[in-house]
Amino acid sequence: MADGITNILVVGIGGQGVMTAAEMLARTAMEQGYDVKKTEVAGMAQRGGVVSSHVRFGPKVYSPQIDPGEADLLIGFEAAEGLRWLPHLRPAGIAMVNTLRLVPPVVSAGLYDYPTDPIAELASTGITVHAFDAGAIANELGNSKLVNTIMLGAISDYLPFPSEILKACIVEGFRAYKPKLADINAQAFDAGRAAGH
Amino acid sequence: MNAVVHAQAESRHLLSGNEAVARAAWEAGVWVAAAYPGTPATEILENIALYPDIYSEWSVNEKVSVEVAIGASLAGSRALAAMKHVGMNVASDAFMTQSLAGVIGGLVIVVADDVGLSSSQNEQDSRYWGRFGHMPILEPADSQEAYDLIKYAFILSEEYETPVIVRMTTRVCHVKAMVTFTGERVEHRAPGFQKNPQRWVMTPANAKPRLPLMHERDRTLRTASEASDLNEVFKGSDRRIGFVTSGPAFMHVRETFPNAPVFKLGFSHPAPLDRIRAFAGDVDTVIVVEETEPLLETELRAAGLSVRGKDVLPRFGELAPSVLRPAIKPLLGEPYEVPTRSQSSVFPRPPTMCASCPHLGPYFALSHIRNLNIIGDIGCYTLGAGHPWNALDTCICMGASLSMAHGMDKGRGESDEKKHIVAVIGDSTFLHMGMQGLLNMIYNRGNVTVLLLDNRSVGMTGGQENPGTGQNLHGLPAPRVDFAKLAEALGVRPERIRMVDPYELPTMVKLVREETKMEEPSVIITDRPCSLTDRFERLKPYEVLDDKCTGCGNCIDLGCPAISVSHRETVTAKSGKTKELVFARIDANTCTGCHMCVETCAPEAIVQPQPATHTIRIHPHG
Repeated sequence: MADGITNILVVGIGGQGVMTAAEMLARTAMEQGYDVKKTEVAGMAQRGGVVSSHVRFGPKVYSPQIDPGEADLLIGFEAAEGLRWLPHLRPAGIAMVNTLRLVPPVVSAGLYDYPTDPIAELASTGITVHAFDAGAIANELGNSKLVNTIMLGAISDYLPFPSEILKACIVEGFRAYKPKLADINAQAFDAGRAAGH
Repeated sequence: MNAVVHAQAESRHLLSGNEAVARAAWEAGVWVAAAYPGTPATEILENIALYPDIYSEWSVNEKVSVEVAIGASLAGSRALAAMKHVGMNVASDAFMTQSLAGVIGGLVIVVADDVGLSSSQNEQDSRYWGRFGHMPILEPADSQEAYDLIKYAFILSEEYETPVIVRMTTRVCHVKAMVTFTGERVEHRAPGFQKNPQRWVMTPANAKPRLPLMHERDRTLRTASEASDLNEVFKGSDRRIGFVTSGPAFMHVRETFPNAPVFKLGFSHPAPLDRIRAFAGDVDTVIVVEETEPLLETELRAAGLSVRGKDVLPRFGELAPSVLRPAIKPLLGEPYEVPTRSQSSVFPRPPTMCASCPHLGPYFALSHIRNLNIIGDIGCYTLGAGHPWNALDTCICMGASLSMAHGMDKGRGESDEKKHIVAVIGDSTFLHMGMQGLLNMIYNRGNVTVLLLDNRSVGMTGGQENPGTGQNLHGLPAPRVDFAKLAEALGVRPERIRMVDPYELPTMVKLVREETKMEEPSVIITDRPCSLTDRFERLKPYEVLDDKCTGCGNCIDLGCPAISVSHRETVTAKSGKTKELVFARIDANTCTGCHMCVETCAPEAIVQPQPATHTIRIHPHG
């Protein structure tokens, strides 16, 4: 985390909640008093495309984009997407990847191949990889939409502020706007945190 | 309700540039705001709509939005129009002359350049319009500056009686960053329209005397730019290279070369040439860093300054530290380290149509009919050019499908003698600029089959309202245009106006076949809502019965993202020919139960898991 700047890259596919997860990280960092910038490359992402959300925070942030080789944390909501964005990670960076495989039509049609084992490919580069099935945890908790909070829980021990602060920010957000979902998201966060080690 | 709307001065927020523009417009006392949706500017009006003090609307196109804003300005109100870069092309007829006449209430045009084409058909540098139309340009670099510059833009507009362009880019519009509010709403309204034909009626006799006044305004604006503290010098310790830059490029320069002197332009046109000349005298080399065209670079050269820029920097695409570093480090004699890992080689994920998308039916039909030239337009249906449909042959700009198709009909060459010409356009694009093309085609006795895909939303920008949806920007009921009656009024014979449910594939295919054979214009109108909007009703998902699936692959041809290949088998027929069978599966989480694929399946292998009443219902609009 050079210059006191933390660079987090959240990646996945349109509709997976990538931008919401990045927003939660950015808001929490803001409440910790950091200067924050968050930016997306999500052109027509609602239509099944790749989404990458860059979150940068520190004493003073200029450029919103994380350069290749500069991300401290890579959060992949899908296995091949984690692999796609590997070049953005520092050699000493950490990748937290959901093992979910989403096969697009162009692969299904046989025009391209899905990587045989994206997680193994990530690990072979020598970076630290934590991979787990966030969807399975979400289903155990009874709501497939919890993947987002589970992934945030999973990376919460690798941030420059305590895990509990991110958790509080997420849970309070739900308490304010969707109170019925606050407790289950707290549970999802804890389950993700346990899975992220 | 958005918390920012009620937030007080001195409060600090994480806002996108678009959200910051909306708040600043409210504080500046904007009375009227208008726009047509377009990435990356769409959220400006969506956020302005949250402020009840401002009258705001989706206009039918960008030219209309600017004319609405001009009218409000002449009535004495502060007014704002927002659009994406290509919207400026549409709007230009209005502002090119209004710039000559001037304004009364502050008039600000916010333009968002999609640098890097994340969701556009081209890349344009909207700073040209300031030069072309004699209007000053302000360029924010982040959300705080977007907020500050919008407020200042209205002051500048009224002081010099000129429209002001605030030029944003995707990396301002869609970047969230810290903004501290400095005020709350202050009303600025003139008593009303003051009639003055010599000023407002732009006949040649009245326009001519305005020309020297406009050029004099350019001169005084340059003086203002020279004096403006929006044009700021950051003194650096390393004077080998000094940068002249504006907008988000400033951020990349500071990030990459923190010790270099920087001349940052917030009030970038007219440029403060004298101050830049003085700055240049203090550094060894000046590099102009601008997105995207070498506009300032050319002007500085014309002013006699020796500067560098596009000789080392790219002429197009987004700038970033990763772009500046390899371009400029070598000039400093510093080694540039290429990142250790190269680009990954993971498969692409091109955007696709959605499950239950009402465009799937028409494209299934178009991809199964031969001998068509299919002239497309701007919207989600442009995706029909891609896999697996490959059923769209052109796309350039809003509304071009009908007029280009007419031209292709009239100008057809030998190999097109027997081809049928089809134009494909969506509801909002038709109302934006397409219906003139239909009128023109009818008037000039053309022969084109028009597919008007009415999905009751501006789909690609996120499902905004338009005059065809029955609702306005605020979600309130609004008169809904009747497309069939409109087509008839433009001159299409009633027999050739065909309404069709795009989910009914056999009918869809039959209708397109029939109408393309007609020797006169036809309009086929589909009537299912966008599956991402509230008007769409999600039904129970379907599944594929493995023991019944014969591997014909017909359902795959539909292009629905809920359907994928489960496995392939190569079989040898009695004739000795080998054939690949493609077996399908349906993802229950993605399928929304539209039943389109059922119609492609002869062996009836696609079913709903439990006995269910099979009803498809369209919500009444509203």
